[in-house]
Amino acid sequence: MNPVLYLAQRGTALILAVAVTIHLITIIYAIRGGLTAGEILARTHGNRWFLSFYLIFVLAAAIHAPIGLRSILREWAKWRTRSLDMAMLAFSALLLVLGVRAALAVYLA
Amino acid sequence: MNVHARTEKTGSHPADAMTVKVWRGDRVGEFQTFEVPRRENQTVLDVVTEIQRSQDATLSYRFACRVGMCGSCAMVVNGRPRWTCRTRIDQLEQGTIQLEPLRNLPIVKDLAVDMAPFFEKWRSAHGYFEPGENPPEDFAVVAPDSTERQAADAGIECINCGICYSACDVVSWNEDYLGPAALNRAWTLVNDVRDRGQDARLQAVSGDAGCHSCHSHMSCTEFCPKAISPTFSIAGLKRATSARVWKRWR
Repeated sequence: MNPVLYLAQRGTALILAVAVTIHLITIIYAIRGGLTAGEILARTHGNRWFLSFYLIFVLAAAIHAPIGLRSILREWAKWRTRSLDMAMLAFSALLLVLGVRAALAVYLA
Repeated sequence: MNVHARTEKTGSHPADAMTVKVWRGDRVGEFQTFEVPRRENQTVLDVVTEIQRSQDATLSYRFACRVGMCGSCAMVVNGRPRWTCRTRIDQLEQGTIQLEPLRNLPIVKDLAVDMAPFFEKWRSAHGYFEPGENPPEDFAVVAPDSTERQAADAGIECINCGICYSACDVVSWNEDYLGPAALNRAWTLVNDVRDRGQDARLQAVSGDAGCHSCHSHMSCTEFCPKAISPTFSIAGLKRATSARVWKRWR
């Protein structure tokens, strides 16, 4: 892992620590409060704070997860060729597309 | 090889003897069992020497100083890497003693390993002083209480025994990983204000074989007989290499 990846992974870990905490508290609060799916979507629809939060969350996850997975695959699966970096870039793009799509879907619903 | 010959010959286990299982062979091999008399103030190295001199002269192992200065007698004793000259038998748990060569290094024969990959990584990590192109005009003044001097002091007593390298999980997963000793040495040099090869050194300790691959399991720190903490040295290298990247961005 080069220092740039190292810094990126540590930096995004800081963001994720906050984002995951907010995410978990919010979903537990919403469910325990007895809100229906329709009531939740009514609150998220057009909410730019909500969209900004989840776009940052998704971006951080799309950077953080492939760097960690790359280390695991290098060490445990002995996958050390350039193809690993390509596969991790593809994995990052997949997380980004799926995450942004989900955040936009809830924002626009 | 008649692996259990000695055990069979001695028959029952005498009260004043211990059972010692010793790795025989190279990467492929098996444990051979010996019965060795217990003696006062006996070290593990004494036991190995007694086996070699009185029971099986073909046993290969390595030692030099016998007093914890050279670091050449390191072996894995009951699963833990140790200096055998500084490990007394009465310090070990009761029962059979199992001796293996250091891990993560090629086995030459029995308990002797090839240290060449270990020292090659010292070079790869730029674990040597770089005086620079031009000699300095005067002596460098290094205050004993300066941060750099104290950081260098914390890791400088390493005697290259290879115990940390044997204990390191990351080396066992990634044979290219430079390892705790080489990175610790690099960190002492990063803190040497006279050194002129810092940029190349920080580059050398970055990357997939370098400091950022450390998982901070701290096995090196746990087992180091000199009470050095390579984990902290590696953390220092992580900070220094990150700062180097940060400066380039700014």
